[in-house]
Amino acid sequence: MNEPIDSETVFLARHQLDTLITALRGRGYEVVGPTIDQGAIVYSEITSAADLPVGWTDDQQPGRYRLKKRDDDACFGYVVGPHSWKKFLFPPLATVAAAERTQNGWVMQTPGSVEDTPRYAFLGVRGCELAAIQIQDRVFMGGAYTDPTYARRREAAFIVAVNCTQAAPTCFCTSMNTGPDCRSGFDLALTETSTGFVIEAGSEAGRTLLLELPVSAVTADQLQVAAAARQQAVDQIERHLDTDGLRDLLVNNLNHPQWEDVAERCLSCTNCTMVCPTCFCSTVAEVSDLTGDHVRRERRWDSCFNIDFSYMNGGIVRNSIRSRYRQWLTHKLGTWQDQFGTSGCVGCGRCITWCPTEIDLTAEVAAIRATAGRAVVSASATEVTP
Amino acid sequence: MNGSATCPAQDPWLAHSVRIQQVIQETPGVATYNLAFDDPVVGERFRYRPGQFCMIYLPGLGEIAVSISGNPARTDVVPHTIRVAGRVTQALADLEEGAGIGLRGPFGSVWPTDRCAGRDVILAAGGIGLAPLRPVIYDILADRDRYGAVTLLYGCRLPSGLLYTSEYQKWRAGGIAVKTTVDRAEDDWGGNVGVVTVLLDRLSLARPSETVLMTCGPEVMMWYTIQAALDRGLNADSVFLSMERNMNCAIGLCGHCQFGSDFVCKDGPVLPYERVASILRVDDL
Repeated sequence: MNEPIDSETVFLARHQLDTLITALRGRGYEVVGPTIDQGAIVYSEITSAADLPVGWTDDQQPGRYRLKKRDDDACFGYVVGPHSWKKFLFPPLATVAAAERTQNGWVMQTPGSVEDTPRYAFLGVRGCELAAIQIQDRVFMGGAYTDPTYARRREAAFIVAVNCTQAAPTCFCTSMNTGPDCRSGFDLALTETSTGFVIEAGSEAGRTLLLELPVSAVTADQLQVAAAARQQAVDQIERHLDTDGLRDLLVNNLNHPQWEDVAERCLSCTNCTMVCPTCFCSTVAEVSDLTGDHVRRERRWDSCFNIDFSYMNGGIVRNSIRSRYRQWLTHKLGTWQDQFGTSGCVGCGRCITWCPTEIDLTAEVAAIRATAGRAVVSASATEVTP
Repeated sequence: MNGSATCPAQDPWLAHSVRIQQVIQETPGVATYNLAFDDPVVGERFRYRPGQFCMIYLPGLGEIAVSISGNPARTDVVPHTIRVAGRVTQALADLEEGAGIGLRGPFGSVWPTDRCAGRDVILAAGGIGLAPLRPVIYDILADRDRYGAVTLLYGCRLPSGLLYTSEYQKWRAGGIAVKTTVDRAEDDWGGNVGVVTVLLDRLSLARPSETVLMTCGPEVMMWYTIQAALDRGLNADSVFLSMERNMNCAIGLCGHCQFGSDFVCKDGPVLPYERVASILRVDDL
């Protein structure tokens, strides 16, 4: 086929992108990538480069997302949409167990297996999304208990990352140190230029796959153009989250008046948790047939913004929007660090874009930081002043 | 589906088939269900420590988290004391002895009995909160000389709600001081009336700095009990409580039971007081 290229980094011409998709499909992967559906760029199965959002980009602001035509035919010329890859690794609906009634009582089963696990190749994973996958790896596979559904899907997955060449006003990955460059956790990483793709292998599986593609040695010029394209994304990032002492700031300000302020705007709609690439809360529903003899235990995404999320026999613990927003933010940016040794936020900005009331967590944190501790001081001052 | 006997259940979602071997009616609305494993090999392997809980599963209805209330040395049956409080517990109460259900576990942290050697122990329970402490009582009785003075302080709303009353005599004979109180007396009640902290205030403590407190009950009851104990000179690092939250998966994956940094299902339910002292009284956390 090709002359072996003695480099980790190669070049694939634009019109040859289909060879990558074909090679992955040839290896039995279901290729999942960006495609346009209902006015948004979402992730679903693709069979050729024609399925990609060629020539489209996204216009994002707090509470706003619109598709826009580009003046070129870029395949990956958008930022991130409402979907994240978690819907494939941690599916919104999954059967985790089953029970069959027999003459001798219930027979309990866990029906999943490696054989019936989908093998996904993700095409177009951004730097912040690689970080999100690594965070969910810790949640689902890093503790005392491993979630079998997640682990099987994760181990089977092939990851083709794509470096960002532009940023949205909602992006703040540079604050979270997750991007925009793709650093680790991929099999291949692409940088799109006007003529094609500079491709870097990040694993043995990636290197092996490259051997099948009609790639050429990358030129210094191509490398320079790719680097400039990546730098453009860095330069465009304008949003910032000050992470200095962030865990303690939040944990020590559980009664800050800002929680009431944000509760006035928050609808508790759960959008932020649904679009978040790291939010992992779930619940299990019993699904049985009419006889009641065949029962599936179906795990579904849940959200800490749902009122009954904290339900106990004694009542609902977090009965106010104030307490639910506080739980979400202090967990995401604070206690997550105690639990998993990392922030739960990757700075992708989805929760800002998809909030119907334009709540911006970076602004909420800044507001708490601006007056941290003052509320406590003034409250005690009121007590001692006659 | 065979092979479950030889292969340990790595899948944490897999429930074991168990049978309700016996139902002991304790108080109105509360019963102890002695569960036995269908597969003797699974039963043989099942071990738990005081304070741990199981997920009891009624297919089609759902799972509930329940503390094990039995004697950890006995593994032929695994007792759970359950109050009817919702759909699953009501359906469970409607089942006959011999009925088959599911069980996952044991899960969670344990009471610090191994840190109590040579020390005095106070167990303070409120209502059904005595159930998760009963395994501690059995553990202590089995090796009574290992501990100093051991006292159970137990408060209930009504005298008719007091759990395990038929055992108190045995516990006392075994060397545990059992003191009870109720919020409201009923006809023939001649005992204490008042909250558990009243019992604690009256208790003479020979060596408070060498005394361990384990408490389980409503959060407000545990809070005031702990403050009373600290006032009496117990060290904060000798105080332990069992928290309740919505334990949905029991394996730290679903997020429901978070309390500050802890997942109550895997970091708790038994937690050192010092670990949660700063957040125990934060509203709606």
